[in-house]
Amino acid sequence: MLRYFAIRLSRALLTIALVVTFAFIVLRLSGDPALMIMGPEAPPEVIAAFRKAWGLDHPIWVQYLDYFKAIGQGELGRSMRDGRPAIQLVLERIPATLALTIPAFLVKVLLGIPAGIYAALHRGSAIDRGVMITAVAGFTVPSFVLALLLVLIFAVQLGWLPSGGQDSWRHAILPIVTLGFGGAAVLARFTRSAMLEILGQPYIRTASAKGVPWRRVITDHALPNAAIPTVTILGFMVGSLIAGAVVVESVFSWPGVGRLLVVAVANRDLAVVQCILLLVAITMVTSNLIVDFLYGLLDPRLRSKGAEA
Amino acid sequence: MAPLVSISGLRVAFDGTHVLHGIDLDIDKGEALGLVGESGSGKSVTWLAALGLLPAKAKVSGSAKLEGHELIAADGKLLDQVRGRRIAMIFQDPASALNPVLTIRRQLCESLALHRGLRGEAARTEALRLLDLVGIPDATRRLSAYPHEFSGGQVQRIMIAMALAGQPDLLIADEPTTALDATIQAQILDLLSAVRREFNMAMVLISHDLGVVAENCDRVCVMYAGRIIERAPATRLFDDPWHPYAQGLIGALPPLDGARRRLRAIPGTVPDPRALPRGCAFAPRCTFAGDHCHAGVPPLAPLDQDRAVACLQPQRLPVELAAE
Repeated sequence: MLRYFAIRLSRALLTIALVVTFAFIVLRLSGDPALMIMGPEAPPEVIAAFRKAWGLDHPIWVQYLDYFKAIGQGELGRSMRDGRPAIQLVLERIPATLALTIPAFLVKVLLGIPAGIYAALHRGSAIDRGVMITAVAGFTVPSFVLALLLVLIFAVQLGWLPSGGQDSWRHAILPIVTLGFGGAAVLARFTRSAMLEILGQPYIRTASAKGVPWRRVITDHALPNAAIPTVTILGFMVGSLIAGAVVVESVFSWPGVGRLLVVAVANRDLAVVQCILLLVAITMVTSNLIVDFLYGLLDPRLRSKGAEA
Repeated sequence: MAPLVSISGLRVAFDGTHVLHGIDLDIDKGEALGLVGESGSGKSVTWLAALGLLPAKAKVSGSAKLEGHELIAADGKLLDQVRGRRIAMIFQDPASALNPVLTIRRQLCESLALHRGLRGEAARTEALRLLDLVGIPDATRRLSAYPHEFSGGQVQRIMIAMALAGQPDLLIADEPTTALDATIQAQILDLLSAVRREFNMAMVLISHDLGVVAENCDRVCVMYAGRIIERAPATRLFDDPWHPYAQGLIGALPPLDGARRRLRAIPGTVPDPRALPRGCAFAPRCTFAGDHCHAGVPPLAPLDQDRAVACLQPQRLPVELAAE
């Protein structure tokens, strides 16, 4: 069991290292931060001084080793724009992002899962078709289109809600709806198909043949099985709590991590981008570990396999 | 004596395709009835329809009465009291017939709570007794195990224990040994016979295996393409089948005594239920079929006090001769 977790953990660390490496290389090959931050008109000696100050004059592999050494010491670098520690900039933004993503996550779960279950139980009905059409619309329409549509209706036409900013809770409603709707659509479709598959299983027929009332066949026999595939999607959604709102934050000018990322990438503010990506990788990998653990709790077949491994 | 279950004119259609064309069948208390036929002949569908276990898209008509109570289109409440309590059912593939994420204890005690109001320690004690009865060794320890931790034969034993939990009057065993290997098959059939005697329970044994049915049943119904085509006491059917299809099935069995001979196969295949022949469904494969066989469907006509056959020219010849 310990070995099983050791393997999983080292795999998780490797994933993080790969993400960080990839980000490090791509960022440095895709543009010169000195030119971006100081501007193309800056005199060459100023550019050179900037490069020297940030260690950009070293070969890329030296920079890479230095970067990893620094991470090992808990040093995530400073923003090239205002010199503050990158981690501090990022942490400041996290509450704003979570203020959108956590309520949106609740919307996804509370709307998507019941809608999927209901649609599966009433397969072929008008409501099932309605749910599925909405769900397909929900995840084929890009979030920025939906965001603009909502702004058009509720901010511009009706004037009920503000179109952007972070001054009150009312500012959060449209971004939360935008985020929640798309996720609820994905979850509804996934839950529906998981549920339909389970309902076709012989053990559901066995439960009915035993005289278990239909309602309890669903709650006691079908749902615990359908939860297994659904947890995968939920894990992915938890993993994107930190950086899942990049587009929506940009559309609604919401000062969260997502917008910080967009600005930092545009400016080639290397330390900030890397810091965000590291954080994203860590949350993704952690939620994957939690999902693995939940699989074991939900499915006794995996539990005994895990014990053997 | 009034029959325990009486099925009459039972029809089932899926998406407009009829798969069951009017089944008439009585089961007496304590009786063992065999239902034989190839897959798709409607053996299982008959009982799934009677218990309301078919998917909603299936159109069921006709009647299935349990001691006078109509089950077809009965409300869910009545069916929940019949299923498991009066009529229990076990299925072909035991490995997938038990819920993989629930312990054996939960699944057994669920039946005991539903049908006998047993809970907690009383339910546990009864569950242990049932597991012991069906021959699960070390039942105390294994009560908290999950289905995947048991072998196929053991899971089928657990299924039988679950079926016995409601003390039913009738057990429908739907191909209970098909997924098991031969030695386990014999053990499960012995177990079924033993519990049937002990509980004085009627049983319907659904099988495509004539040998299994011959050894375990009093009466046999042979089904073909959604109809019963011959009904007879088990011994008489095997000694002297009347319907050419039944003769073909028995002719295809290897003889246990006498000289070895080539096994005879029935020519052709089972007709597609979407395109059944107009007359007798077996006529296109039948060596005895005449013109009138293609004209209309022969009814299941009693030819003897306890036998009936659906054939316009039942072959009274012994098997060996008939096949020449």
